[in-house]
Amino acid sequence: MAPPPRTTVRDALSVSLTVGAYGVAFGAASVAAGFSVLQSCLFSLLTFTGASQFAAVGVVGSGGAAFSAVAAATMLGSRNALYGIQMAPLLRVRGLRRLGAAQITIDESTGVALSQAPRGTDAMRAGFWLTGAGVYLFWNIFTLLGALGARALGDPASWGLDAAVPAAFLGLLWPRLETTFLRVVAALSMAFALLVTPWLPAGLPIVATALVAFVVGWRPR
Amino acid sequence: MWTVVLATSSLCFAIKLLGHSIPERWLANARLQRINALVPISLLSALVVAQGLVLKTHVVVDHRLAGLAAALAALFARAPFPAVVIVAALTSAVVYHLH
Repeated sequence: MAPPPRTTVRDALSVSLTVGAYGVAFGAASVAAGFSVLQSCLFSLLTFTGASQFAAVGVVGSGGAAFSAVAAATMLGSRNALYGIQMAPLLRVRGLRRLGAAQITIDESTGVALSQAPRGTDAMRAGFWLTGAGVYLFWNIFTLLGALGARALGDPASWGLDAAVPAAFLGLLWPRLETTFLRVVAALSMAFALLVTPWLPAGLPIVATALVAFVVGWRPR
Repeated sequence: MWTVVLATSSLCFAIKLLGHSIPERWLANARLQRINALVPISLLSALVVAQGLVLKTHVVVDHRLAGLAAALAALFARAPFPAVVIVAALTSAVVYHLH
């Protein structure tokens, strides 16, 4: 296989570094929610899908049950399955390499791979592997730094860490709100989550809000 | 805690592997596509309010809302993700200490 185009390498590297740096926020949020430094690092090594990780520690941090935390994280991770369906025919790998490819199938690796389409199949494959491996490396390094940093800081509210978590979710949500329709869905979801909050155990409103997506998406617009 | 770490990790990996194992034609299901595109938006929206406006099972307004407002302003100003999070944390911390 020829070496990947320089632009592909550059795209993969810049995405890996910027996205990997968010790992600081995750490590800090995880420790603030009561997870140990080891547990926080295992999240990033094993779960390795940012929004799901934030959701799991967010639900636990706000007093939610383990079930709600795992359910919210798993539903958020479901989009990775659709990425996998798109990436598998491109990569055509078997055995251990297939397991590795699955683990690094996330927003960023899929995004960079698809963006390389004009440069050909080899560039798409290179984009997938380089971005996936790069984000994996930096995400884990920065998770450790964030977790150690938060442990040194003490009271999360005193440093604004309790507001950093919802802000991180808002930052993850923002670029997805491309159309008025999607902004309406987001507003409906926020209203629904607040409305059911007094009636459900902590954490469950987040899981229940997936209903909004099911109801709105059931019929074509 | 360990249950959450290990169950989340195994389920999220299983989902990724599932995607690599099922045929491409499943992507053609329009309803599945529509719902799948909306699920992250609904869940992330719920997470914003659940983390910013809720304590246990009560809706409350406190220093975190100031942080969220600052994050929103930063997003409108096209600030990069790390800056958004830092601005929110600083604003919230200042309001927290003023009270």
